[in-house]
Amino acid sequence: MARIFALRLLTTLVTLLGVAVIVFVVIRVVPGDPIAMMLPPGATEADIARLRTLYGLDKSIGGQFVIWFGNVLQGDFGSSITARQPVLTLVLGRLPATLELSLLALLMAVLIGGTLGVTGTRLRGTRAEAGIDVANGIGLSVPDFLWGLALIVLFGVVWPLFPISGRVSPRLELPFSTNFYLIESILRLRFDLTRNLLAHMLMPALALALPLAAIISQLLKQSLKETVNLDYAVLARTRGYSERHVILSEALPNAALPTLTLIGVQFTFLMGGTIIIERLFSYEGLGNMAIDAVITRDLPLIQGIVLLFALLFTLVNLVVDMAYVLLNPKLRHA
Amino acid sequence: MNLNPTRRTLLKLATIGVAAAGLPRFAAAQGASELTIAYNVNLPSWDPTVGASGVNPTLQGYFLSVFDRFIHKNPDLSLAPGLLTEWGWNEDRSKVFMVVREGVTWHDGSPFTAEDVAWSLERAANPETGNPIQFTWGTLGNFTVDGNRVEADVLQFEPTIFKWMAFLTGFVLPKAYYERVGAEGFEAAPIGTGPYMVDRYERNAFVRLKANPDYWGEKPAFENVTIKFVTDPASRVAEVESGNSDVTLEIPYEEYDRLMAAGFNGSAETISDIAMIFINDVDPMLDRNVRLAAHHAIDKQLLIDRLLLGYGVALSTLETPEYLAFDPGIEVAYDPELAASLLAESGFSPENPVRFTIQTTRGFKPKDYEMIQAIVGMWRRVGIEAEIEVYEIAQHFELRAADQLAPAAFYNWGNAIGDPTTSTGHAMFGPTPHSVWDGQELIDMIAPLWAEPDEEKRIEGWKAVSRYIAEEGLAIPLLQYVQPIVYRQGLEVTPHKSGALLPQLIRGS
Repeated sequence: MARIFALRLLTTLVTLLGVAVIVFVVIRVVPGDPIAMMLPPGATEADIARLRTLYGLDKSIGGQFVIWFGNVLQGDFGSSITARQPVLTLVLGRLPATLELSLLALLMAVLIGGTLGVTGTRLRGTRAEAGIDVANGIGLSVPDFLWGLALIVLFGVVWPLFPISGRVSPRLELPFSTNFYLIESILRLRFDLTRNLLAHMLMPALALALPLAAIISQLLKQSLKETVNLDYAVLARTRGYSERHVILSEALPNAALPTLTLIGVQFTFLMGGTIIIERLFSYEGLGNMAIDAVITRDLPLIQGIVLLFALLFTLVNLVVDMAYVLLNPKLRHA
Repeated sequence: MNLNPTRRTLLKLATIGVAAAGLPRFAAAQGASELTIAYNVNLPSWDPTVGASGVNPTLQGYFLSVFDRFIHKNPDLSLAPGLLTEWGWNEDRSKVFMVVREGVTWHDGSPFTAEDVAWSLERAANPETGNPIQFTWGTLGNFTVDGNRVEADVLQFEPTIFKWMAFLTGFVLPKAYYERVGAEGFEAAPIGTGPYMVDRYERNAFVRLKANPDYWGEKPAFENVTIKFVTDPASRVAEVESGNSDVTLEIPYEEYDRLMAAGFNGSAETISDIAMIFINDVDPMLDRNVRLAAHHAIDKQLLIDRLLLGYGVALSTLETPEYLAFDPGIEVAYDPELAASLLAESGFSPENPVRFTIQTTRGFKPKDYEMIQAIVGMWRRVGIEAEIEVYEIAQHFELRAADQLAPAAFYNWGNAIGDPTTSTGHAMFGPTPHSVWDGQELIDMIAPLWAEPDEEKRIEGWKAVSRYIAEEGLAIPLLQYVQPIVYRQGLEVTPHKSGALLPQLIRGS
């Protein structure tokens, strides 16, 4: 077990180093010079050279990488060209918003997908199962940003139940000491703020959750339908247990394993989806910041965000792998 | 499946309905002293004098809410007394003088002084502070302060220096406060002398402003203003339509028309942004006939009517009607027959077309790509076969600075001081990194105008430059943009030619 963990940790570090190299090189090779973007009318070649030196872009890509990576190892990710703030401060400041949104979306996806999967199994062979299949099909085929637009029109304009943009109402005074607003509002028992935060997060989280919910539902139903026909499930039925008991208590623990792995993998995709969804809902997370950074060619900020996303993705995969090992006796004793 | 609802089902549905009804409604319900604006760009930095933000025209609206420029600029781009009440040169133009307004205070209550003006100008001229316009500010030096009068030596004569004081990075910052809190402290808690004070700023989300009770100018109408950063146009439309925001801007023209029909108020006025096509002096654009044919073949009014729903003004020069050097006598008419005959002179026809690449952005400006598609169609009819290459705006800047644009390249040029130097001048003067036409004749025409002290002669010189560009086909100006602003009933919004939506120009009707 310890050996597996050590090995996975090592591959995680190698992956991160690879990502750092690729991102650093790629964003410098693709067209779009950040200095050219900030040139005002009348700038001369000397001005360009001065700005290039000011932002450290006058050195070779290799030279720039060595300096940048050396600083990163010491916790210094450089300064944002546009915001003129330390990249680490900016990125860590926005990360909690994205994490809270992603986790809420994951929770919603698991609840919706899990419920539909179990219900579809319970009602297998009926029109209700066909209805769930159709719903899953729609959930899978419509991308998250289209769900977002539909939700905005429906619950933002036609029936204005929820705010369309932002993370929290600007008029509210926030007593928080961290950027984990939702968690902190619950811990501080400020449920007025919790309600406001949830109202802002519900539509973007649902837009992110629906495609994943459809995947979970489909896979779980498939696994459950196979499992409920296995010997031990049949035995449970002959012993007089209800179908509900057979599905929830006998079949689900085994059928959930492949779904758990899938959720782990899909969670990283879900986090990737926050980039567009945060933009659409003007949600102040990492994804929204990433788009601005790309538009303005804020190279240090892009590097910081991508590296952090890569770290999150690899960590999530690591956790999922470890959880799988723990839950699967065959692997645990291997 | 039983589709007949049972009593229990109905009860469940009723419960859901009651619960939904109990959810908070987030729309509307604004107080009379509250204003919410859904703005189209994010504010990355509060220092209006340094870095990329300082020269980003779309951010000037934020800055002008909190800070004042040295010289005030009216909504029609004319200059007016601001923090400086008088300004000018001495007789031989070796010195400048500035008279500073008295009785003004910073947002922290400290007095605004002539020292602040001198320090702000010196700081702007210091290359180490990162002011992108440093080369202009650096033309002044050796500042002296005497009471409310500031004087400086003219190190290099720059006829537009006072216009720059009402333009990008021309803001006055608080010397004592800035030196006390430093750059980082200023970012965290910026203060200015402007009509609004920063109450709260959530990066990537919103800024809350409150009215400055001691503002030296006309008092703002709203006590509190929230500016939300809503970068997606569809979301901005939804913001005003749902009542979550009172005002928004830069939405698709189709949506503007729809909201107008639905009873919203709005304005659609021209701003100082123009759409144009750069012509690079590479083959086949070295052929004057090809250049002129490319210009004469474009029906600009048709582009405006069909693609921009009539929102735009066709242009023949890089000067809009509001600019000082606008000459209505210069016109490059739509004349496809002339275009075809010019091409024929050079041996080209629809059967044997001249071929080149045209670059364009896609979605950066309203209908940019569609406009170029239509233009390529118009060109094809007269004997020009152009291949469209889509690039990002960042790529455009890089290629233009390196003089590597395609023979034709679409771009939008802004000029919020209305001076020919910052439109025709920088767009067409070969030695600058902004121009791609390097013809010597044009360089020789423009060069003496940079430092021409006689204003009338200077403006006439620029008009002659515009005429030469039109006659030689050195650029293809297309149209002047119209900015759509939509707002709820009960508001009056004064649009600004610069394109900045200013909360101080919004009042209750």
